[in-house]
Amino acid sequence: MSKSVGKSVTRVDAYEKVTGRAKYMDDLCDRSALLVKICHSTIAHGFVKSIDTTAAEAIPGVVRVLTCFDVPDIPFPTAGHPWSTDPDHQDVADRLLLNRHVRYYGDEVAVVIAENEVAAAQGVRALKVEYEELPFVLDVQKAMEPDAPQIHEEYPGNILKHTDIRKGDYEKARQEPGLIRIEGWYDTPTVQHCHIENHGCYAYMEAGRIVVVSSTQIPHIVRRVVGQALGIPWGKVRLVKPYIGGGFGNKQDALYEPLCAWCSTMVGGRLVKLECSREETFVSNRVRHAIRTHIISYVRPDGTLVARKFEAFSNQGAYASHGHGVVAKGMGAFPQLYPCENVECDCWSVFTNRPAAGAMRGYGIPQAMWAGECHIDDICNRLGMEPVEFRRKNLMPVGYQDAFSKNELYSDTFCQCMEKGMEVLGYPEKYRAYRNQTGPVRRGVGVAVFWYNTAVWPISLESSSCRMVVNQDGSLQFQTGETEIGQGCDTAYSQMVADAVGIPLEDVHVISTQDTDVTPFGTGAYASRQTYIGGFSIMQTAKALRERILNIAHDQTRMPVSNLDLVDGRIVRKSDGRVLKSLGELATEALYSMENSRHITAETTAQIKSNAYSFGCSFAEVEVDIPMCKVTLLNLVNVHDCGTLINPALAEAQVHGGMSMGIGYGLSEQLLFDEKTGRPLNNNLLDYKLSTIMDHPRLEARFVENPEPTSPYGTKALGEPPACSPAPAIRNAILHATGVAVDSCPITPHVLYEKFKAAGLLED
Amino acid sequence: MYDLKALYQAGTVAEAVALRLAHPEAHIIAGGSDVLVQMREGKRAGVELISIQGLDELRGVSMEADGTLRIGSLTSFSHITRDPLIRKHLNVLGEAVDQVGGPQIRNIGTIGGNTCNGVTSADSASTLFAYDAIVELTGPDGVRRQPIGEFYIKAGKVDLREGEIQTAILIPKDSYERTFGHYIKYAMRNAMDIATLGTSVNVRLSADKKTVERARVAFGVAGPVPLRAETAEQAAAGQPVSLQLAETFAQAVKADINPRDSWRAAKDFRMHIAVESAKRAFLESVKLAGGVL
Amino acid sequence: MENHVIQYQTVHFNLNGKDTERTVDVRASLTDMLREDYRMTSVKKGCEVGECGACTVLIDGKAFNSCIYLAVWAEGKNIRTLEGLLGPNGELSDIQQAFVDEAAIQCGFCTPGFVLTAVEILESGQEYTDEELRKLLSGHLCRCTGYENILRAVKTTMYRRLGKPMPAE
Repeated sequence: MSKSVGKSVTRVDAYEKVTGRAKYMDDLCDRSALLVKICHSTIAHGFVKSIDTTAAEAIPGVVRVLTCFDVPDIPFPTAGHPWSTDPDHQDVADRLLLNRHVRYYGDEVAVVIAENEVAAAQGVRALKVEYEELPFVLDVQKAMEPDAPQIHEEYPGNILKHTDIRKGDYEKARQEPGLIRIEGWYDTPTVQHCHIENHGCYAYMEAGRIVVVSSTQIPHIVRRVVGQALGIPWGKVRLVKPYIGGGFGNKQDALYEPLCAWCSTMVGGRLVKLECSREETFVSNRVRHAIRTHIISYVRPDGTLVARKFEAFSNQGAYASHGHGVVAKGMGAFPQLYPCENVECDCWSVFTNRPAAGAMRGYGIPQAMWAGECHIDDICNRLGMEPVEFRRKNLMPVGYQDAFSKNELYSDTFCQCMEKGMEVLGYPEKYRAYRNQTGPVRRGVGVAVFWYNTAVWPISLESSSCRMVVNQDGSLQFQTGETEIGQGCDTAYSQMVADAVGIPLEDVHVISTQDTDVTPFGTGAYASRQTYIGGFSIMQTAKALRERILNIAHDQTRMPVSNLDLVDGRIVRKSDGRVLKSLGELATEALYSMENSRHITAETTAQIKSNAYSFGCSFAEVEVDIPMCKVTLLNLVNVHDCGTLINPALAEAQVHGGMSMGIGYGLSEQLLFDEKTGRPLNNNLLDYKLSTIMDHPRLEARFVENPEPTSPYGTKALGEPPACSPAPAIRNAILHATGVAVDSCPITPHVLYEKFKAAGLLED
Repeated sequence: MYDLKALYQAGTVAEAVALRLAHPEAHIIAGGSDVLVQMREGKRAGVELISIQGLDELRGVSMEADGTLRIGSLTSFSHITRDPLIRKHLNVLGEAVDQVGGPQIRNIGTIGGNTCNGVTSADSASTLFAYDAIVELTGPDGVRRQPIGEFYIKAGKVDLREGEIQTAILIPKDSYERTFGHYIKYAMRNAMDIATLGTSVNVRLSADKKTVERARVAFGVAGPVPLRAETAEQAAAGQPVSLQLAETFAQAVKADINPRDSWRAAKDFRMHIAVESAKRAFLESVKLAGGVL
Repeated sequence: MENHVIQYQTVHFNLNGKDTERTVDVRASLTDMLREDYRMTSVKKGCEVGECGACTVLIDGKAFNSCIYLAVWAEGKNIRTLEGLLGPNGELSDIQQAFVDEAAIQCGFCTPGFVLTAVEILESGQEYTDEELRKLLSGHLCRCTGYENILRAVKTTMYRRLGKPMPAE
């Protein structure tokens, strides 16, 4: 039987995308659509006292103006989490469609619906909004102070949530004589996803229901949220997800779908389209949580970790969105990655008057790895230990099992990945060669590892459904609720389907679009879950389909099912290997049978109650021009163990993308805010320094393949992991090159100037 | 769709001047890479535009009889970089404008637009300052020529008078003859960026390459408009070529520059980078001129 | 509020090898005209201010951001979009095939723009170093690929067209 899994087959959507024919949201929207433009608040915190809409309404082409005084008083949650029927585990419902109480500079206060974009924009500019301004706070720890402005009444001290982990006795253990204390504060910035297609959606009413077509990662979840926000039964909402131009977690939230749907209902169900500009995408969608982390480690001179303390302060921004789950995931990694007998961990998610923070590639792990892996090198620096050696000694050992998730490290993943990374970079030689440099331009190498776990069980539901329908020619369509967002799951799934059913890959047709009216339930693209989770429902549905096919084959050939097989699209008699008929002949006969007509389909739901660790590392080599305060990244190598590779070429490509995001996180990306007004300063692609092709070295992606035992395909997370370790690896390389430890990212020239000046490395 | 009130398209310079007089409130649009962006941002929403995009007579580089290099105002950055006259006589300008934005911006962006918007960060401006460029302006009363240093009035404001359009940038022969220059764009990434600081240096060495006859240095983003650092120029003039001279020259720029604190960069950081860039650009220019260090 | 008259103008140009004309609102960008009047879905809107490169088209053989180019400026120009690269039976051009083969496509939103800039690079007939290719491609942002396979796709096609073997990396 020819195997498709494990081969670098061409993307199933490659032709459509490389010809420009793949239809994204705006390509599908009829040109008759009315356009919705949002009026965003120009203060960081306060109340809208009044909005004068007269001038806006007088503009030719303006159809309707709706304000925060018009919206239903139904708070709704937006996070792209599976719903929980347990009220204690439901997401925080703190959003309204438009807001009288504005909580960040860019909050939504009104919309103008117009016949064209110029009229809509003129309408927004013509609105006269009167505010009652309140003090605001941007810094996470200042927001926790007693006299800080209160952002949500229900959350005193602005604390959305606090959780902790206690293991052993930290206070007692740290009293051991001879311990070395290493302490650090590590900061990460507010950054944005920067998918090239901005979020947008359109909505219209049909047969008394509302239809929304959206650039989203999570159609079934957004359908539910639209129902909740509008206070209508969920069955009245149909959500369609076409091709999307990237998501990275931003579109793992209900963004403007509820508002757009509501706007349609307010203009008699007419077609309305809401497209975010790039500037809006930066500020009024979601951002990654800026997290400040405090770590104290007590270490024996031989490098043994004796007691450790971890505190993380997560800047939630104005609304709960994904909320505490992000920093909690990062904290969860801390005691696992470098097991230590005595650990105290606390983390807080704190409201501030910044844009709402949600999910972004890595979900708390890039922040946690920044803090944790910078700190490990600070320990190494202090002890004079080589960083790979320290990690070998202290990282999670083979056989480690986490009590909560039941995840287990089955293989010597970390050492294997580090070995490979060192070899590709030439790390040992360079580590020695770059010691004790003087001169203005110096080089260094650095390493960082990462911890990640696949999917969301046992914190949340993990379930996936799949449907397969066989055609008369023996080919089949399949669909799942899991979404293609650029990462390549449609291709990986097609490969899995081909092998599991027993048909050639070219006979597998994926239905890429999710339409909640017809697509089986699935929660969508997040948590690097889809290849792992989808594998279960594909395997299970393929099994059910094969059973039906072989039963029909039995009816048609009189051979016992036990002696039949489906191989490469042919019904084969196992005993002598003879091909009895093709699947096409079988399906045609079955469908058009005058005695027993049958449409061959299968549909199942798989609930998954397992989860899998997915680990790896980054190795970086830098050149630091000290007088110019500039870092050139010379080499970056990522090594991953994501189990068995389904499609090596696509896996490699996905790692490149994550590394690129990691480079930006480490060196250049940061959304800035004016301290005096809370206004975003650089919410555009010119001033926000996303890496260009000239800011990258050649990216090296490598793999170690230890098949994951819990997965039917031996696979586990790869989507997010590549973005988790490059930034600290780069930071550690700069430390190696210059002896200067930078504790906040991005490590821009501005930061290096101050650091180098303080270290006496600059002359003037 | 841009929020523009009216679009007037000029086919000749004379038409452009007539349109300027007829619609004094209208903004001039050349390539559009600044004007259209600002309209999209809402800053110039609802304005009238006079498009001079079609004035092909303002495209191209030529040499006048007296050796003056003439760069038509609508000449694109990518054209300047490729132009044989520029490569031969003023390569540093070609290199400087080859660092504007990205390739697509360099295909549409013009040197006239880059100077008429009056911004200090323009990648062409510091080099034009360092070569004592002359701005040619054509108006109802004919042609007027003005040194570039006087053309800039303040941040975002240039001396473009009623009915005028800029028609050329001129580089006198004495400015470029036997000079070699180097431009350093200091930015936060290697493409698609605006300068945190732009430094353009050029030198003319004696015949034996041992003495600096003349050195010039100009900066972008070291003040509200591009500026020359004459103290440094004087410190280098007539001095023997040496590493120490590069240091002296670089330190002397501090006397003339006045960068400001902004969220983009702190004043002291810009000062530091200006000194280091001046030193490196000076050394590179000396090397290009055949000087031995 | 002032109610002004909308100005229209007829633009004559060549689009993907075919002469054409359209009467457009003078406020339209070239992106608007190509997407709305010609329904060319390959011309993508990523920022609409010339910062991402997703809307790139070739005008007289050179790459431009169509979002910051007025539609009326197309008068008399030769304009090429991705739609014009396909053969009569839907065959991919060599550079498109290279994007497919090198796994240079992920979400696909930046792809059309990159391919068109690559066409300009390849049609120059010159051989470029990696560093030069990076500079020539630097007017496009991509968040999915890290640019690695895009560079490889352009480079392999360049060497194939030049009839030279790819240098060992």
